[in-house]
Amino acid sequence: MTSYLAAMAVFAGLYALMALGLNLIWGLAGMVNLGLVGFYAIGAYTTALLCVRFGWSPVAGIATAAVVSGATGSVVAVITARLKGDYLAIVTLGFAEVVRLVASNEIWLTNGTSGISGVPGLPRAWFSPEQVNLLYAGIVWVAVGLVALLLGRLSAAPFGRVLRAIREDEMVAAVAGKRVLRFKVQTFVVGAAVLGLAGGLYAHYVGYVAPDAFQPLITIYVVLALTAGGTGTMRGAILGAVLVVALTEGTRFLGAALPDLPPVRIAALREGVIGVALILVLSFRPQGLLPETIKPERA
Amino acid sequence: MLIELLQVVLNGLLSGAQLAVPAIGFTTIYAVLRFPNFAVASHMTVGAYAGVLVNTQLGWPAGLALVAAFLVAGTVGVASDTLVLRRLRPSGPLTAAIGAAALGIVLENIVRFCFANDPRGFDLPVLRDWRVSLGALGQLRIGPQQTEAAAASLIAMAILFAFLAFTRSGRMMRAVADNPTLAALKGIDAQMVARRANFVGMGLAGFGGMLIGLDTSVDPLTGYRVVLPVFAAAVVGGLGSIPGAVAGAFVVGIGEEFSTIVLDPSYRTAVGFAAILLVLTLRPRGLLGERAL
Repeated sequence: MTSYLAAMAVFAGLYALMALGLNLIWGLAGMVNLGLVGFYAIGAYTTALLCVRFGWSPVAGIATAAVVSGATGSVVAVITARLKGDYLAIVTLGFAEVVRLVASNEIWLTNGTSGISGVPGLPRAWFSPEQVNLLYAGIVWVAVGLVALLLGRLSAAPFGRVLRAIREDEMVAAVAGKRVLRFKVQTFVVGAAVLGLAGGLYAHYVGYVAPDAFQPLITIYVVLALTAGGTGTMRGAILGAVLVVALTEGTRFLGAALPDLPPVRIAALREGVIGVALILVLSFRPQGLLPETIKPERA
Repeated sequence: MLIELLQVVLNGLLSGAQLAVPAIGFTTIYAVLRFPNFAVASHMTVGAYAGVLVNTQLGWPAGLALVAAFLVAGTVGVASDTLVLRRLRPSGPLTAAIGAAALGIVLENIVRFCFANDPRGFDLPVLRDWRVSLGALGQLRIGPQQTEAAAASLIAMAILFAFLAFTRSGRMMRAVADNPTLAALKGIDAQMVARRANFVGMGLAGFGGMLIGLDTSVDPLTGYRVVLPVFAAAVVGGLGSIPGAVAGAFVVGIGEEFSTIVLDPSYRTAVGFAAILLVLTLRPRGLLGERAL
């Protein structure tokens, strides 16, 4: 049971990291990113390849994962910088699909749909499985804390104020002399790096990376986490991630409660519940549980 | 060489015709309601299931099954808009788009709950490809099923154009698409137009979903698998422009066929994505779109 709870804590932490990354890109700067699972995948594959093929240490691998994902983010940002919200939604959605296509088909690099196994994690010889999970949960949540702290500082700094200005009205920010394009690209890079970091941590926890793990459903989970928690705040992103994992895990007990249903129906119910939850949040509490409050500037 | 080129263009036109119908559905809803309705994918799946069920269970022929696909998907479209998306639209196009993505997941899983994941096929005879001899050039291969599907989608498009051009309802829809404020001033009931746009748009998505199901197979992800090329067709043509969606579908269809010459066929759907990026970089309003970004 402790092992299970710790494993859930790891996933909650990974979703929290992704929600923090999305919060910077979307919550603060107003750029919708429905392709975040693509960056997560790039992070996971980067470190998996470096550690399995070239024997890098996991720490270097995860750091490089964040860098590669951030660099990809800069390319995506430059290409899409001028796009309006709904076009950006379509392009980022497509981006994640293309990442998954490449991961499934470039067998020489990614081993295709069979995936890459044997990604090194915490040494299992030294710890019991329970300790591994607890320790990893600790590592992930330290990362969550650090990222939340850094992004919180960024958001409170003048940089964050410019992002909110861009989100509210790009034209006004530009007229005020802010170089909107540069701010947008920088934000996208940092956000994508956080997503890549989450992917890297995921790869070393599970020890196995395959295209199936990067379904668009994960994007929906994170969007739900962020909107439920409160777009624009770091606390909201973290709270939302914990709630989403509680919800997805809670529905696991549906299977126990309804033993007559075949597994495919239970899986369908569980996925459907996530969709329904997102619709309900958007309809009844779009500002989230911990909404953003902007203090008026002192004159 | 020339004959291979002709074959590729022909295949592209045939698959473009299949993409055109759902792309028109997507773009129609965008034109009237101003948000990308990501739930088209699941409505395509719903249409495909409606078609396959009336075909295999009730023995309806393909033509009638297509009508059923249109009606069922259209009805589901109106219901889901009334229950879900109508409340979200006032919060902005993005909220509605994300709500639509969530709705898509719900619908997909309702389908999965009812019919499980096993692929289903239509109860139709498999026909051998026609071979058309072009004298010295060689032979063209034409799939009869694909040709019938293309013919069906041309008929659907013709009916849609007639509806938009000659009926009161169609003209109202165009008026709202053109200028919602002016349309409201003229006393056009926006709610009613929204319902009709959803019925027609999602109905067309269902119709196209069944065409694609005929060509491949019907399972809970039938619509999802082609949604990227469908979006691509609409964006390449200019979001909100119906003739644009048709042109975009042919561009994407032919592009996909050409890509199979140089790339692995599993990258077909990536062509749509490349087309989106190319068009948005060079001509953001699309081939036939009027509104710039």
